[in-house]
Amino acid sequence: MPVPDKRVTIDDVISEIHDGMTIGIGGWGSRRKPMALVRALARSAVRDLTVVSYGGPDVGVLCRAGKVRHVVYAFVSLDSIPLEPHFRNARQQGTVSTTELDEGMFLLGLQAAAWRVPFLPTRVGLGSDIMRANPHLRMVVSPYGDPAEELVAVPALTLDVALIHMHRGDHGGNGQYLNVDPYFDDLFCMAAARRFMSVERILPTEQFLDHGPVQSLRINRLMVDGVVETPNGAHFTECPPDYERDETFQRAYAASAKSDDAWEAFRSTYLDVPEADYQRLVRG
Amino acid sequence: MTDATRAEVCCVAVAEAFRDNGEILANPIGTIPMIGGRLAKATFAPALVMTDGEALLVENIMPVGTDDPAKVVGGWNPYRAMFDIVWNGPRHVMMGATQIDRFGNQNIAMLGPLDRPNVQLLGFRGAPGNTINDKTSYWVPNHSPKSFVAQVDVVTGIGYDRARALGSHAARFHCLPRVVSNLGVFDFETPNGAMRLRSVHPGVSVDDVAAATAFELVIDPDVPESRGPNDDELRWIRDVIDPNGLREREVPNP
Repeated sequence: MPVPDKRVTIDDVISEIHDGMTIGIGGWGSRRKPMALVRALARSAVRDLTVVSYGGPDVGVLCRAGKVRHVVYAFVSLDSIPLEPHFRNARQQGTVSTTELDEGMFLLGLQAAAWRVPFLPTRVGLGSDIMRANPHLRMVVSPYGDPAEELVAVPALTLDVALIHMHRGDHGGNGQYLNVDPYFDDLFCMAAARRFMSVERILPTEQFLDHGPVQSLRINRLMVDGVVETPNGAHFTECPPDYERDETFQRAYAASAKSDDAWEAFRSTYLDVPEADYQRLVRG
Repeated sequence: MTDATRAEVCCVAVAEAFRDNGEILANPIGTIPMIGGRLAKATFAPALVMTDGEALLVENIMPVGTDDPAKVVGGWNPYRAMFDIVWNGPRHVMMGATQIDRFGNQNIAMLGPLDRPNVQLLGFRGAPGNTINDKTSYWVPNHSPKSFVAQVDVVTGIGYDRARALGSHAARFHCLPRVVSNLGVFDFETPNGAMRLRSVHPGVSVDDVAAATAFELVIDPDVPESRGPNDDELRWIRDVIDPNGLREREVPNP
């Protein structure tokens, strides 16, 4: 029996995303984000999304493009620019609501969803305003030990769709990362009902180990429903060793938060165009 | 050292926060914290484990702000492994604080109401998890009544009053060793966990610090001066760790 062929297009992925869905986006800050998919989502007619992300420009672009109702986050940062300006504007103008989490609680929420349990317990959050920001958060009392310890029950962050970007993949949906950190992309996939992976290159499976060790094969095809080849698809976020962050472009993106005119110019040039045209523009 | 700058005094004050920490992950965040942490590891705290600022644990003393510095890699510490260390405990993190109050409650998330802030800042990041699990110190490069506040808008990292309210068992790992600012060094070694002025930097008076602080500090009758770097420390700072002088941009010399 042949391995299933899960190769799809960007449009195929976007056609599975509907109004009001909860979308998890892999990567971290301005690092290895599935930006080709994010750009396509920003162009689509979809609305009222809940976005779950270790946030970077994915969150900023989607908020500014009017796709987002709610953001589940612990930070939204462009790394070299610490505060994401479009997300800041959205928050300060009150156009999106938020779930405020600690970075580690966020991990536990994804892990709970991936393991199909309703919550995971942690000490994290005790005493902080995480509890005030999340009045729905509940406590659990340890059934073991003396004294009986009270812990925060972090609810599962169950996703409708996960979008991740990897360096290499095969047509069956196995995925390989080649930078220093896998982030939490595997958990995003396992927390989601539908899982889509963009990759820099689709390879024959037998070539994976020419590119990295077995430990780099973090995503296996049990976690993926569709794979799409998007060369330079994480641009302008970093995707080393294939490419670094495009700091010049990122500064221009950040500057587009300064006025409506600046945003419209950025959007018409870089977002309201097919991915191939975008890539021609940014590769000069 | 008479010719040490204020920034260099701050680097030493940061380093001192890691003295006698033993074999733990020293995790300073920011330019002067990073310089100070590496200074401690280079001199009197060689057992400290430190990162390259990303996913590697490096054993050499790296410079800040240079491209492709040499790294002697001793370990791999991607974010998931970092949370393991955070929750396992052998870690002393030094974070920034947009606001900090008398009991060491920290805010880095936002100013104004939670549902629609006037100023959106970083979010909670890892502050709740850091303060309930690990030693957490703070670095504030711009000491003023707007940073040392009577009450923080949002509690991201928890202070001693909140830890006390949780009880001694729940808060058994809570510990805020130091706050270092551009004016002085602070601790919480007081009966009720209120912030104490531990030392003033050379050229700063106790009154200067009090005037720049929006709450009442605990001030002992004799407040010592923060020590400056010795010759060896100055060489590490200027020649090895921060040859480009990034420290002087974070804290300009008065």
